[in-house]
Amino acid sequence: MSAIVIVQSRPARRWLPAFRHLATMLGAVIIGAAVLVAIFAPYLTPHDPFAQDLNQRLIPPVWMEGSQPTHLLGTDQIGRDYLSRLIYGTRISMLIGVLTVITSGVIGITLGIIGGFYGGRTDDVVMFLITCRLSIPLILVALTVVALVGSSLAVVILTLGLLLWDRFAVVARTTAMQVRNLDYIAAAQAAGASRLHILLREVLPNIANHLVVVATLEMALAILLEAALSFLGLGVPPPLPSWGLMIAEAKEYMFFSPWVIITPGVALFVLVLGINLLGDGLRDLLGADMRR
Amino acid sequence: MTPVVPDPVLSVANLRVSFGQTEAVRGVTLAVARGETHCLVGESGCGKSVTALSVMNLLPRGIARTADHLRFQGQDLLGMSERQTARLRGDKMAMIFQEPMTSLNPAYTIGSQMSEVFERHRGATRRQAMDRAAELLARVGITAPGMRLGQYPHQLSGGLRQRVMIAMALMCDPELLIADEPTTALDVTVQAQILRLLQKLQQELGLALLLITHDLGVVARMAQRVSVMYAGEVIETGTVAEVFAAPTHPYTRGLLDCIPVPGMTRTGEPLGNIPGVVPRIPLGFIGCGFRDRCTLAMPECAQTVPLRNAGGDHFYLCRLPPDWKRAAAA
Repeated sequence: MSAIVIVQSRPARRWLPAFRHLATMLGAVIIGAAVLVAIFAPYLTPHDPFAQDLNQRLIPPVWMEGSQPTHLLGTDQIGRDYLSRLIYGTRISMLIGVLTVITSGVIGITLGIIGGFYGGRTDDVVMFLITCRLSIPLILVALTVVALVGSSLAVVILTLGLLLWDRFAVVARTTAMQVRNLDYIAAAQAAGASRLHILLREVLPNIANHLVVVATLEMALAILLEAALSFLGLGVPPPLPSWGLMIAEAKEYMFFSPWVIITPGVALFVLVLGINLLGDGLRDLLGADMRR
Repeated sequence: MTPVVPDPVLSVANLRVSFGQTEAVRGVTLAVARGETHCLVGESGCGKSVTALSVMNLLPRGIARTADHLRFQGQDLLGMSERQTARLRGDKMAMIFQEPMTSLNPAYTIGSQMSEVFERHRGATRRQAMDRAAELLARVGITAPGMRLGQYPHQLSGGLRQRVMIAMALMCDPELLIADEPTTALDVTVQAQILRLLQKLQQELGLALLLITHDLGVVARMAQRVSVMYAGEVIETGTVAEVFAAPTHPYTRGLLDCIPVPGMTRTGEPLGNIPGVVPRIPLGFIGCGFRDRCTLAMPECAQTVPLRNAGGDHFYLCRLPPDWKRAAAA
């Protein structure tokens, strides 16, 4: 009886890790490609992404009728090459993703580690700050700030960075709490280590793998939020080729030239999917690593 | 009236530590001399580890220690700032913990953890520190130290990790080594090896070793001096020979009765035991902490008990006279 059960369950057991592995690889490939495209954008673009040509408006991509071989993905409503804009858009999305994660990571991890490690009243203060942050409606505050200060890439990055630290703080706090009672922390103290040393060199490396996973989630979120802000006209200002902005500018033409809205939409979807797949895979890998 | 230890490395007088409404350590007095092993023995929860942690000033935050004095090599530890104490820890006084499996940071190699201590206290370069680490690993009986230096803690067995912990504690040539039940978490065969190693190192380096244990067998083979703790107090102290030859406090006597001795204990007869558990001592408790479990308790045990001399350096904390056993037998 039991032998049959084992034989039946085996394929399912094998299938899952293999799929996870494949998905992680796919995520890594997507991110790798996005990073390379972002870095080498000037060498990859066939046209200037800002050059307008009103005689060449809304040319469809190559696989559709009426396309031109010089514009692989066609042109937008004022005749700019769509592929070039898409490639430069990768730059903006990656820049926003990375810089926002760094800003929010520094804030969140610092608060979380201090709260989790010291506990007591320090922790109460940190928890209060996290609760305050969680009760702030993200998009509304981002909209207000951008509306007041004016929209620029730096403002978007700073606003998102200052708002997205909550998950870092929560995870850093909980994991630091688990680590602080372990013997090697006491051993480090008994060996004369300073507090700063213990927080940075003993605690941080042991919670880093959890934080890496949070970083991938936050990066995906930041990229989506930037797209949303840009779509609402309060993110990256034109004529910068942000994907969200491209979708916003294309929305009037979507019925007759749907590719203008589909192309940046698909790019956004694929990048965020890639980041999330990689994050999922990393969580599994690093989780297994911790169980040693 | 306390035992006289000439020129002690560590000297503690009337140490008190309380956690909220519970007194964990109630007036512990002890001294450890250079080249001497002093065992602190007692059952779980009697304040042994808390005593050790108070010496290192590693008590949890918000828990205060008070003492008449707490001196290390003549320096007053009570008046020292956290920074000054941190400078001594790992340098002149080192500590080994009970759990070798969790006492090493899993994120760093053995070599990097060991050399860090040396770099911190001696301002040495990484290369000098690594050489020193390799030398000490060899000294604690680890073969192929060069290979071990590059390994992570999870690649080592429990016994090896405890050896690494010992080597790490010796990096800066400490004067005082506090070992908090260093063999409790290990296999019996490995225990013997580690104890032999500690004894050898202690003799070679002339360390003052404060060894915390609940195993009287360990005391008998390792220590020159022993302090028996019960409910936060040292209830009997003296040289190992004195205490083992004439255990005077009823608790020490009870502890020794629990151990079978070949040729002395008759087969078929049950071993001795002490009924009950270590009580929680509330603030303001007066009298003998053992009185609820003691078969010889009298109403006067609820009053302050004097410290009595049983000859030589042998002291005990009980109302009974030193020769009560003989008097009872007569």
